[in-house]
Amino acid sequence: MVEKISTRESVGQFLADAGEEFSNLVILGGDLNKSTFSNIFGSKFPDRFFDFGPAEQNIVSVAAGMASTGKIPVVSTFAVFATSRPYDQLRVGVSQSNLNVKIIATHAGILTGEDGVSAQSIEDIAIMSALHNFKVIVPCDVIEALQATRIAIESDGPFYIRLSRPATPVINKKDYKFVLGKGSQLKDGNDATIIACGIMVSYALDAAKSLQDVGINCSVINMSTLSPIDMDIIINSAKDTGAIVTAEEHYISGGLSSLVSQVLSTNIPTPLESVALTSYAESGKPEDLFQKYGLTSEKIFHAVKKVIDRKKSL
Amino acid sequence: MEELIKKTREIRRHILNMTAEANSGHPGGSLSSVEILTVLYFRLLNIKPDDPQWADRDRFILSKSHACPVLYAALCEAGFFHKNELKSFRSINGILQGHAHIKTPGVDMSGGSLGQGLSFGVGVALSAKLDNKKYYTYVLLGDGECDEGQIWEAAMSASHYNLNNLIAIVDRNRIQNDRWTHQVMDIEPFKDKWLSFGWDVIELDGHNITELINGFNKALDSTEKPTVVIANTIKGKGVSFMENNPDFHGKAPNQEQLINALSEIDNS
Repeated sequence: MVEKISTRESVGQFLADAGEEFSNLVILGGDLNKSTFSNIFGSKFPDRFFDFGPAEQNIVSVAAGMASTGKIPVVSTFAVFATSRPYDQLRVGVSQSNLNVKIIATHAGILTGEDGVSAQSIEDIAIMSALHNFKVIVPCDVIEALQATRIAIESDGPFYIRLSRPATPVINKKDYKFVLGKGSQLKDGNDATIIACGIMVSYALDAAKSLQDVGINCSVINMSTLSPIDMDIIINSAKDTGAIVTAEEHYISGGLSSLVSQVLSTNIPTPLESVALTSYAESGKPEDLFQKYGLTSEKIFHAVKKVIDRKKSL
Repeated sequence: MEELIKKTREIRRHILNMTAEANSGHPGGSLSSVEILTVLYFRLLNIKPDDPQWADRDRFILSKSHACPVLYAALCEAGFFHKNELKSFRSINGILQGHAHIKTPGVDMSGGSLGQGLSFGVGVALSAKLDNKKYYTYVLLGDGECDEGQIWEAAMSASHYNLNNLIAIVDRNRIQNDRWTHQVMDIEPFKDKWLSFGWDVIELDGHNITELINGFNKALDSTEKPTVVIANTIKGKGVSFMENNPDFHGKAPNQEQLINALSEIDNS
């Protein structure tokens, strides 16, 4: 049984601990602080914790103002409200000004489940990757999420970190070291490469295991930094395997698939298949939604077989 | 006082020359806020032009960022950069962007999309409180800009957090991009809106230097609430054919208009 740990709860606790180390750290919330666990920081550092109610445009611009004075503001709310709603404020106020604002968003993607399409951010990677200066990180598990959060706080400039609602499988070993802007090779193989991010990394590993059983040897890469994306690991792996599959809990346009496609087409044209959402989902249990909307290890399995066929027919 | 009035003429000349040279920009709403910026930059703001990032400086946030010609003129006159830079307004490789950008010396916020400056000011003022710093944060808003919902999110949060170190100024020139504000979107009863959001309100003549100085001094004495100064102004103030003329919200004077406008300023 794979251990599952909530990234949002762990990051919430981490931020409360980090408050002692980083005296300039402040958290700005939008009336979802119990769900994001930023209320832990709020109880510990009431003077450095600001709730603005669900007024995300205000929150982001306030964060920009605080950053301009040397604070390290963390905006803590759900992914949909942290990205789509205040996009203009993120663009003009944070990205164009290159201010030190950290957006740490929870409840991303269709893992958020029952709340339905309005609550399911499936465009956030696309729109945040389109903001110059923003570092965009989709941790695959709690070990990576905690390290990414520390790096975001320690580094100057804007960050977007995408976390999920439910507890998710722990993939990395304790000695794993997250490097900003670098993908990590989880498994070697030379028949095809699966590049995944977030929750889909665990499905990619499952698929690779099933493929191994039928004699197909896949490389698996965890691409946790989406922007800037690790071009080297993509190009080198494409050289090794000549066939790429991407897997993401995100809409097919503008996310991992698009970002990897761009690197491939401009450097080393390689057959690519994408496992991603091709429509909005609906209300439902996350596991049911993953089945219905095609985010499964079986889908990855078949995508790998298809991309290998395409490679062979070149 | 005479010195300040002289400064207003100098700033008006800069605004007209800059926009004419660039053949674009927003003279109307720049001219309406000349006295406001003159009083702030040459009487009230605690700033160090040779150290634009000085941590204890008073902040001036231009939320109606299209009026950046008046800001650039004031910053230049205050010594943040050389007068020659004004010629590069809106030009490639220049330091003076079409809407104010934080990388320009003396500019405290990047603007250009209306409605964001008051929130930014709330953030700056909250930091001052956290750090026990004595600086004040001034935010200049347009009256048309107050159509933006974010202004009212910010207004609510400023009073919620008792930001008596935050002063908003509304350049109430009654004309926005297309037409008169009451035709586009009536914001009245404007004073009552601010009062109901928990602000102290001071209404004054935004072209009267004495009233501005007294009004700001009163705002600086606030012990509890944020203060908004509603400055009643005339769009295009100082140039007869620009005054109260919506056409000059976002249109530069041509050469002939420039000559006439400058001579009006010289003779004022």
